[in-house]
Parts: sequence; C-alpha cells; structure tokens
Amino acid sequence: MSILVYANTQNNKIHKSAHEAISYASRFADGEEVVALLAGEAEDIESLGQYGADKILQLKDAKLKDFQPTLIARALKAAAEAEGAKVVVFSHDLSGKSVAPLLAGITNGGLVSGAVELPNTDDGFVVKKAVFSGKAFANTKINAEMKIISVMPNSVEKIENQKSPAVEEFTADLGDSRLVVKGQQMESADLPLTEADKVVSAGRGLKGPENWGIIEELAKELGAATACSRPVSDMDWRPHHEHVGQTGVAIRPNLYIAVGISGAIQHLAGVNQSKVIVVINTDPEAPFFKSADYGIVGDAFEVVPKLIEKAKSMNLSAD
Amino acid sequence: MKILVCISKVPDTTAKIAFTDNNTQFDTNGVQFIINPYDEWYALVRGLEIKEAQGGSVTVINVGGADNDPTIRKALAIGADEAVRIDHNPKDALATAQQIANYAKENDFDMVLCGKETIDYNGSQVPGMIAALLDQPYVSNASKLDMEGNKATIQRDIQGGKESLEVETPFVLSAAKGMAEARIPNMRGIMAARTKPLNVVEASDSSNQTEVVSYELPPEKGDCKYVEADNPGELLELLRNEAKII
Repeated sequence: MSILVYANTQNNKIHKSAHEAISYASRFADGEEVVALLAGEAEDIESLGQYGADKILQLKDAKLKDFQPTLIARALKAAAEAEGAKVVVFSHDLSGKSVAPLLAGITNGGLVSGAVELPNTDDGFVVKKAVFSGKAFANTKINAEMKIISVMPNSVEKIENQKSPAVEEFTADLGDSRLVVKGQQMESADLPLTEADKVVSAGRGLKGPENWGIIEELAKELGAATACSRPVSDMDWRPHHEHVGQTGVAIRPNLYIAVGISGAIQHLAGVNQSKVIVVINTDPEAPFFKSADYGIVGDAFEVVPKLIEKAKSMNLSAD
Repeated sequence: MKILVCISKVPDTTAKIAFTDNNTQFDTNGVQFIINPYDEWYALVRGLEIKEAQGGSVTVINVGGADNDPTIRKALAIGADEAVRIDHNPKDALATAQQIANYAKENDFDMVLCGKETIDYNGSQVPGMIAALLDQPYVSNASKLDMEGNKATIQRDIQGGKESLEVETPFVLSAAKGMAEARIPNMRGIMAARTKPLNVVEASDSSNQTEVVSYELPPEKGDCKYVEADNPGELLELLRNEAKII
C-alpha cells in the first residue's frame, strides 16, 4: 500500500505547493510508502525526499512538456494501480484544481478539495475543508475506495522528514489530450501573489495609481507581494492579476496588510483565511476593522511612510 | 453551436452562514439564493455571446429540486434559450457531474461551459469530472474563449501565469474572470423567461462517493487591536513580538 502524490513543477523546479502535498501525505502515511509522481524534469528533484517522499516516479513522455491535466490524470490512475495506492494527494492550487477532478472522474473516486487538516480516521475517512469562501468548514467523509485530497496551500504545516527516494522512470499509455498549447506568458513578479506569505494590498483610498510607490516600498521592506482591491484593478490602476477577492484570486498569507480598503464582503471572501490581518484606513467605521487583528485609523500617506522607515530600521527585508 | 451551460444555485455572497440539526445542515432561513457568479457572469454570458455571433442555442442545466426554478428562470431572463433541471439532490460534485454528463451524452453539445468554482463548496470539481465522464478535452480556469468554426482559441490561468491554447469542439471548459462582463436581465428578457421551456428531467443513477458529516464555523475573531496613527512603528513591533510573523 502506498500514498501517491502529484509533484507539480514550474520552470523545471518542484513547486512549493508540491512540498506541502508531500509533507501532508508523509504526515498521515503511518508506515505506508509515499510515492511522488513527477511529469517531466525538475532540477531539484531531491527536494521531494526532504518532505518525506519514499519513491519518485518520473514520467518523461514528450507529450507532457506542456501542462496537460487529462494526461496527468491518466498517468496518476496508472501509477495508483501499479503502486496499489488508494489515496492520492494534490495541492489545491491551479494544477491540482485542474487534475484532481479528472482523476476522480476516471476512477469513480471521492475527492475532497481544499483540505485544511490531516484526515481523521476515527470513524471512516473524514477530511476537513474550507467552504462558503472561508466562512465555514465542512467535515467531509470519503466513502469511495479511491480517496483523493487536494490540500489548501499554506494551511497545513509542512514538516521536514528526510528520506532518500529512488527515482524510477514510469511509463503509461497516456493517449491524446486534443489540447494544443500555443504559448505562455508568465508573470514577471519576483514573488507571485498566490505564493507570498506576506501581502501588502491597497484600495481606492490611495487615490490614484501614481501613489503606489509607498505600497511597493513597504512590500519590499517586508519581503511581501503587492495586491489590490477590485475597483483598483477595474480602473486599471493596477494589473488584474493583483486583484484579490471573490472574483479575483483568493489568498491565505500569514500576514495581509490592507491599506485604504473598506472591506466589502466580496473582498473579505478572498482574504479572510489570512492568519493575521492588518487594516489601515482613515474611516474608523470601515467594516474591515471587524475582521482585523491589528488596526490603524489614519491617513495612509502619513502612516505608510513611517512604517517603511521603521521596517528599514528593523532590517526586515534581510530576514 | 449547441452550448450547454451548467448553473449552480448558491447563497448570496452577503448571506449569513449558519447551520442547523446539530451542525449537519446549512441554515437556509432568510438566505437569498443566486446563480453562482462564475457560472452566470462568465460561462453563461460568454456562451450567449458565442451564440449571438455564430448562431445556435444555449441550454442551461441545473441539478436540484423545484425550489431551484426561480434561480434557473433568471438564466433564461439573461438570454438562455431553454433550461433543464435534473430532479435530484446530489450529495457531492461527482453525483452532480454524473447527472449532467448523462444528459450531455444523450444530447450532443459542442461545448459544456461551467464557472471555475462555486462560492458555496469552493471545490472546482464538477467541470473536470464532466470532462472525464464524457472523455472530452478539458480546459480549466479559462479567461478568454474565441470560436472560429469549430476551433476554439483559449487563454487559461496556470500556476504563475497564463497560457494560450487551441482545441476543437467538443470540449468542457471552466470559466474565470476576464471571460465576459455580467449582463443584467431587462424587462423583455424577464417577460420572455416566463414562457421559455424549463424541462424537468428524471435523475439517472449516480454514486455518492463523499458526504458532509458536519459543518463548523471558524473560531470567533478576537477584537481588533488598535495602534495609534502617530506611532505606527509599534505595529511592526507587535507583528514581530506578539504575532511573531515578521
């Protein structure tokens, strides 16, 4: 018996979210072997061993040079059969969101997506997941023989568990996806928003795109990514990929600093799973303060420069 | 183009989330229901735009009870030609996908469009499962869809960026922001929706591979701790020494 994990990559590197998925599997493996399936090449393949992979299956099929969710799902099904795996773990990022439902569909499996805790096996196989855009949790029992879990990024502690996995080449009949990939445009940001553990975000309170300098500087000093509210992206003050909220991206960093954002419920739906929320707003009645851990009632143009100065004196960006 | 758009009924974004029956049922008391925004704003509207440009039809499909009919009528008011409700209360996404896939198999659609996730269960599961059950190509998190004959040019969100790709019909797609702009139904649409067909179809067999055994609300957020605006540096001290996150 073993637990199979999809080790997703980006730019020929194992993705941080794959390490989380490996660690998740390793933490409840209880003696079962943790097997990682890797599609293509990764220059840091040994990092899978750091978080508990006992074995790595590597697919070198030329069809997988592009992201082909259907083919990866077929490969995972074949690998699960070959390894006798009854549990498959993904990250609930854009890769897992694409592949996991396909695997559930072709295996008649039971999928819980967005797991925030390890499975509870006291009475069956129950996984806790976030629902209602972070406003509640659902303890979901998987009855199917094939149990599939996708793990919410930055939600379950990643613990090192050094192993020295053997790498085996794996082949399977993948068939054809009928998707022809024409090109990619990767974001230029050094720190992609969805992966940042600190985020500084700003809204209409900043009054115009020309004022974003202080937000970018504060983010730099804190080692944080930048984000914005929906009106700001709608007015093209900031790029659309920075829009966090119900219809933009949902993020769950350790620290979310919101400057000049009132905290409409649609915005909160995208950020309410952040571990610590700081709100800076001139309006003491801004609804965001109700969801905040720390608040400053004040003018961003006075408060933020002082925060930058303080962050510099604490030398935070060097951490 | 013969287009099938899957619509889910979800609590309005501003609904108070509470549970009854020892935290096993969602409390619908006082909750207003809407079409899942990703299904309505992006999948349905883009489907209508393609039909308007190329001809064809847009059918909306929902799996649920008769209490879903007013929500389905709204999709007809926005412009769908007809609606299908499969009379079934599914316990999970796979059961929902099986119902939709079984209907789609019998009715040959050129494309099946869904929203990228629902705002209640946030699973992003149904569209991929439909694609797997129909054995059709699947494009997830698409932010652009253009048709030329039976060839689709699509942009999708991938981890860290965007990707452009091509696929021929038939296919299944999940729609994200950027695909289209929301449409507000006008009076003519609302009047027309009353007489458009809403066909109730008997459920086919489906499995229940997962079930929610209980719900929980997150722990109450403590009070916001305020820092004086003339000494904001204290905030960073608190984040370091108290919250221990910087």
